[in-house]
Amino acid sequence: MSQAAHQAQHVLSGEEIIRCTGVNKWYGEFHVLKNIDLSVQKGERIVVCGPSGSGKSTMIRCLNRLEEHQKGTIVVDGIELTNNLKNIELVRREVGMVFQHFNLFPHLTVLENCTLAPIWVRKKPKAEAEDIAMRYLKRVRIAEQAHKYPGQLSGGQQQRVAIARSLCMSPKVMLFDEPTSALDPEMVKEVLDVMIGLAEDGMTMLCVTHEMGFAKSVADRVIFMDRGEIVEQDTPDSFFTNPKSDRTRLFLSQILNH
Amino acid sequence: MTDTVKHVGLPDERPPSNIVGPVAWLRNNLFNTWYNAILTVLVLLLLATAVPPFITWLFVTAHGFDATSQECRAGGGACWGFIGEKLRFILFGTFPYDEQWRPLLTIVIFIALLVGSCDRRFWKPWLGLVWAVGLTAVGILMWGGVFGLTPVENTLWGGLPLTLILSVIGLAVAFPAAILLALGRRSNMPAVKVLCVTYIELIRGVPLISLLFMASVMFPLFLPNGVSVDKLLRAQVAFIMFAAAYMAEAIRGGLQAIPKGQYEAADGLGLSYWQKMLKIILPQALAIAIPPLVNTFISFFKDTSLVIIIGLYDLLGAGKVALSDPSWRGFYRESYLFVGVIYWVFCFSMSKYSQKLERDLNRSHRR
Repeated sequence: MSQAAHQAQHVLSGEEIIRCTGVNKWYGEFHVLKNIDLSVQKGERIVVCGPSGSGKSTMIRCLNRLEEHQKGTIVVDGIELTNNLKNIELVRREVGMVFQHFNLFPHLTVLENCTLAPIWVRKKPKAEAEDIAMRYLKRVRIAEQAHKYPGQLSGGQQQRVAIARSLCMSPKVMLFDEPTSALDPEMVKEVLDVMIGLAEDGMTMLCVTHEMGFAKSVADRVIFMDRGEIVEQDTPDSFFTNPKSDRTRLFLSQILNH
Repeated sequence: MTDTVKHVGLPDERPPSNIVGPVAWLRNNLFNTWYNAILTVLVLLLLATAVPPFITWLFVTAHGFDATSQECRAGGGACWGFIGEKLRFILFGTFPYDEQWRPLLTIVIFIALLVGSCDRRFWKPWLGLVWAVGLTAVGILMWGGVFGLTPVENTLWGGLPLTLILSVIGLAVAFPAAILLALGRRSNMPAVKVLCVTYIELIRGVPLISLLFMASVMFPLFLPNGVSVDKLLRAQVAFIMFAAAYMAEAIRGGLQAIPKGQYEAADGLGLSYWQKMLKIILPQALAIAIPPLVNTFISFFKDTSLVIIIGLYDLLGAGKVALSDPSWRGFYRESYLFVGVIYWVFCFSMSKYSQKLERDLNRSHRR
């Protein structure tokens, strides 16, 4: 599917699933997130980029409360994230997360990694959970490894399992925190292909990544962060061809011309 | 072309004998340097002087299990007549002689439970039920008073059943308590954390003997008149408290080795705190903590012999008391050797089993 045709087909629902208003966070004295305002619609694909230490990982980790924000409000799927543990758990089961280092459970097989949360959190019967897991493992093209342990798989395979594990919870939003940064170069593509497939199926996605090719081909919106603030957000077309701020231009020149 | 064919056809040759084989092994391990050669010779000399007389004493000139003390005192090697005479006392203590099939059955039940629990295929919820039934049976056998069994005061219990009761029940209760303490020590809740740290540091900071003394001498002072708590129970509680503190630290070591990403992945999937701990963190942490845990298990199995200071006679205590019989006085070598072998068999089995368990768990979890 060509880029233009693909984007023409993608019509957003207009329904909001995440809203951050005036979100601030500090690590001790260090002001890591500054007045973040962000609204994400259902089905929207967002790529977050920026130099390291700019707060982009921290921002998406706030969306499922792996990090706590200290000021402002975050509402996900109609639930505000506060200290209320029940609400946090409710949000987390609707928000899948894929980590840079996969974080698969090494003592469980691939299949058990995928069925654990559906069985214990969604209270699904084991057989049903396994059916669903096999479906998603097939989709990330790794079903034949279902009974192996994560340690027996390559990095790319592990990351695909991690994506399948999240999908098994049928999340409404998927967060990707630099999913390809820890991979050997030849494995990046197999993971990106899975993510592209997911985007084409209409999954709401927020992706922290340095893969600008991915951003160009699937993102609806690219967000550029620097020093804890959202500096610029735009469609990939105008973001890459016509960046408005100097900081964005500097960043793009650094990552694109090396 | 013809060259390659010829080379493929060459047969495998055995390596020369200076690389493999017993001679090479000797040269590489025992005589590889001049000082190792001297050490080897010295050790061999030492063994040659010590081992044969011991073997002779143990078997050749030894008196059999039916020997009397007079025969033994007349000369010769080990007096196994002492063990023959005192076997039941050492194993069962002062338990009424005619009822000693009951502590024997207790030992059998304990060993069956322990051996059965070693098989990971049996690690199912029903195993807990089996243990509950087994321990109830042990209680009935030892106490009596039901099913027509003569009641036996627990002041008469002794020997191996006492050792097994104190150590197995002690460790079985202390283990879950230790898990809670270890989790509490890493808790985000300040009150829970302070409580657990205080407990662990207090208990670890005193010798086990002083804890046993406190349980047997000081604790009753705090009770109102007329209320008394059984001495065995007090010792058991003291052991549990002590073992829990030590095991908690071993488990904490395992918990600290689990990467932060495991917690985040579990959180990210929406697992609750207890689901996360029971399904993700503890299975990995406990596998890592096996060596220090087994270390604690083994030392506590042996430390139960300290109950002798508060007047309970476990296996070692019974072995000691058996020596106080005037007609058998002086056969302490036989007594302690016999008791030592029993302790060793239990501890060595634990050690061997833990190594197997570690290998099995590592095989499947290898990162």
